[in-house]
Amino acid sequence: MSKEYFDRYLSVTVFVVMLMMLILAMRIYQLQILHGRHYREAANSNKIRVIALPAARGIIYDRNNVPLVKNEPYYYASFMSETTNTIDTAGLSALLDIDRMRLIAKLKKAQSERFKSIVLKEGLSFKDVARIEARLSDFPGLMIEPNLTRHYVFDSVGSHVIGYIGRLTARQMLSSDYDNITPETLVGQWAAEAFFEKKLRGSTGERIIEIDALGRELNLIGQTEPQMGNDITLSIDIGLQETAEKAFHGKNGALVVVDTRNGEVLALVSVPTFDPNDFVLGIETEKWNALNKDKNNPLINRALQSTYPPGSIFKPVVAAAALQEGIITEGSSTVCRGSLEFGEYSFGCWKSHAAVDFHRAIVESCDVFFYEAGKKLGIERIEKYARLFGLGKTTGVGLRHGIDEKDGSLPSTRWKQKKKWFLGETLSASIGQGYVSVTPIQAAQMTAIIANEGIVMPLTLIKGGNSGKKFDRLDIRPETFNAIKSAMYGVVNEAGGTASAAKSGIAHISGKTGTAQVIAGRTKTEEQKERYRDHAWFIAYAPSEKPEIAVAVILEHGGHGGSAAAPIAKEVIEAYLKGRDGK
Amino acid sequence: MWSLQINRRYIKQFDWYMLSLLLAITIIGVMTIYSATRPVITTVQPNYYLKQAVWMLIGLAALIATVIYDYSWLRKSAYFLYATGIVMLLLVLLIGRRGLGAQRWLELGPVSFQPSELFRILLIIGISKYLSAIKGHLTKWPFIISLSLFGLLPFVLILKQPHLGTGLVLLTTFFFLIIAKKVEKKIMAALIIFTLVVPPVAGNLIWRHLKDYQKNRIIAFIKPKADPKGIGYQIEQSKITIGSGQALGRGFLKGTQGPLRFLPEKHTDFIYCIFAEEWGFVGSSIIVALYLFLFLRGISTALKSKDEFGRYLALGLTFMLFLYFVINMGMVLGMLPVVGVPIPFMSYGGTTLITNYIAIGILINIRMRRLAICY
Repeated sequence: MSKEYFDRYLSVTVFVVMLMMLILAMRIYQLQILHGRHYREAANSNKIRVIALPAARGIIYDRNNVPLVKNEPYYYASFMSETTNTIDTAGLSALLDIDRMRLIAKLKKAQSERFKSIVLKEGLSFKDVARIEARLSDFPGLMIEPNLTRHYVFDSVGSHVIGYIGRLTARQMLSSDYDNITPETLVGQWAAEAFFEKKLRGSTGERIIEIDALGRELNLIGQTEPQMGNDITLSIDIGLQETAEKAFHGKNGALVVVDTRNGEVLALVSVPTFDPNDFVLGIETEKWNALNKDKNNPLINRALQSTYPPGSIFKPVVAAAALQEGIITEGSSTVCRGSLEFGEYSFGCWKSHAAVDFHRAIVESCDVFFYEAGKKLGIERIEKYARLFGLGKTTGVGLRHGIDEKDGSLPSTRWKQKKKWFLGETLSASIGQGYVSVTPIQAAQMTAIIANEGIVMPLTLIKGGNSGKKFDRLDIRPETFNAIKSAMYGVVNEAGGTASAAKSGIAHISGKTGTAQVIAGRTKTEEQKERYRDHAWFIAYAPSEKPEIAVAVILEHGGHGGSAAAPIAKEVIEAYLKGRDGK
Repeated sequence: MWSLQINRRYIKQFDWYMLSLLLAITIIGVMTIYSATRPVITTVQPNYYLKQAVWMLIGLAALIATVIYDYSWLRKSAYFLYATGIVMLLLVLLIGRRGLGAQRWLELGPVSFQPSELFRILLIIGISKYLSAIKGHLTKWPFIISLSLFGLLPFVLILKQPHLGTGLVLLTTFFFLIIAKKVEKKIMAALIIFTLVVPPVAGNLIWRHLKDYQKNRIIAFIKPKADPKGIGYQIEQSKITIGSGQALGRGFLKGTQGPLRFLPEKHTDFIYCIFAEEWGFVGSSIIVALYLFLFLRGISTALKSKDEFGRYLALGLTFMLFLYFVINMGMVLGMLPVVGVPIPFMSYGGTTLITNYIAIGILINIRMRRLAICY
């Protein structure tokens, strides 16, 4: 056998392997020890800069493809070098017009970052850029870099829906959602900009270049292209939004328009508004303070974040419950003497209606009729039906991030756990006062459900956001809805209706007025001081025969819904109808 | 024979030493891949290192599976395995996926792998079987048969992909193994003359058939400064990267050459540079020592194997791994032209890592069963 040969062969192999390893080790020794310093210097003099290539954010369009935002370039001065000691800080601070001590602190930070730049000054004007460019060679390491900012084309219009972008907050920096971006990137901070952040944000590219001592580009070493974010198309009609905002004539309030055919939100108004353009590159302290101290709270999205007692706009819900549960029929009637005596308390009605049937009780908004219905229904069933109509929980329309949509509140014996539940509280609840509260967007959704005779559509802010979805239908008889809708038609179009101010010559509107009490008692509102005056509600849908949109309006301290809020809804509905027919 | 042959004795004989070396090198590799692929501007860490860690676990499973059955089954099915390997190579040429200018991948549902990687092992199994079946030394006809079957046929197929590095490694391993068998003096003489005469003559012919990128690599090797932005730049940067590590290195995650992409294939073929930059001469020498121990262990396995098949198999596998190592090191140290050859166990790459784990599994298997056991 050739085992001996093989063993000898192995010895030679071992020798060769060890020899080769020795040669490799010697070569490593040569490179790292003998020439190590030379190569270290060569590595350090690899003057490399990594320049971020900002990615454009996706554009936000309105439902008619009108761009609501624009990406605009802006420039900032940055610094990158390992030789900050030799920089003329006095000259640089004069050139950039920044405090010298702050500049020195920033330069110090730049020393620890070998390849990334440190931002020295942002928001340079073209004049600044030209001035600084001319003197770049005096300050090796100084650079002008581009970034992209947002311009909100319609300024304050729709600011509560569109939102704004801004610098990363401390919390965002720690979040993994904001991993793959540069510290200079502006990200969505509020409303749609924040809610659709992942879709809108592109991915930053980078350009790695070799530079000479003066910072001029010598070689391109590598480049990854930035990827633009995805566009989104909101369900909002910016024209309608603008009309609606103007219809408030400087008063505070909220308004929501929902397309009853698909649940898309066509307008979402909260006034007063603010200008999102102020926020993008960091808002000035005075402006910020002014906005925060403003008693009118422009930074609150009233449509989602403010809850109000619904007042009489709650009556259709109580009516649905009472009709469906057989408590009343369309033929039921009661006699209203201006109040209902209940124990030692007296529950008032806004006027003495004499004999009213169901239809008139809604048309003329008789409280006594609903006290009696509510008394028989009981608070549990009122709550149950209110929930079916989407009250007491968020609509989930989105716009989280800085806007916490409120649940509103629905009382029940369960809800008022510890204290005893008084029947009187049930009576208050049956006319939408007391512990009941809703947000304007809930009111709009409720109206859409009535208009759609029980079909519940989730609300969406994206055009086509509900396409392909199947909608649930409430288990409520069509006759019930017919009775309610016929009464709501009467509210606007019949003699004695509380919202005759909303009667339109273009199409039939159906609606319901409401008054949200700010303080108890029934003083005539015009005599009350502005801030104690009641809030005016109006919910409506149109056209009555074949509804297309549902609207909910609240005018803070507006007084009666019929005289104050109904005209706003009418204006918006007419604007919608004109816009629709105009196209 | 196919029954599960694990008993306590085998477990006792399990080559923990080899496994420890293997794991140490792989884990160092994963760490270095992490460092090499660090992002500069953005903060998202590419998941190469995680993938490599997963492949390491898969490789470990494959290694254990390889160890369970006595390697004699490899001898029995050697030709079948080899034929399968050849068919895979043909399939790659016919239906393989192209990537990076070469056609090396086969797609099997969601996974794609490079058959030429697994083929390395199948080839060595085939040669080992052939050589161990021959009594005495290799005479003319067996030589010619083995040369064409195990030498030239796979070489041509792999060259077609093209995968010059692997092709050359396999051809060299073939010659190394037949010489281990001992060849007839005449053939040996012919081989020597052939080696001396053919390269200059064939060189010209081969040169004309080389792909452009292959030509560039050779030009760049000879004159690195001639092409500062291309391959020459790469070789120069490779040397700078290693050299700048100096004695103690810049420290883990402190290297600058990798993340800044001076090295285009920083996490694959040039991973050693990144390690050398961060760990300096001390670390570099330790790595070389780890590899040396691993190769010596492989050779000693060949020496101790209970049968001839095991001897060739162990030697062949060890030599193949050694060749990959030496060629890769020679390349990154600027001593050889850039041939796309990864460093075993450290370079990023799933198929290669798993295949190499299987190779080590076979070595452990041979060593474990080196003592004939009588029942």
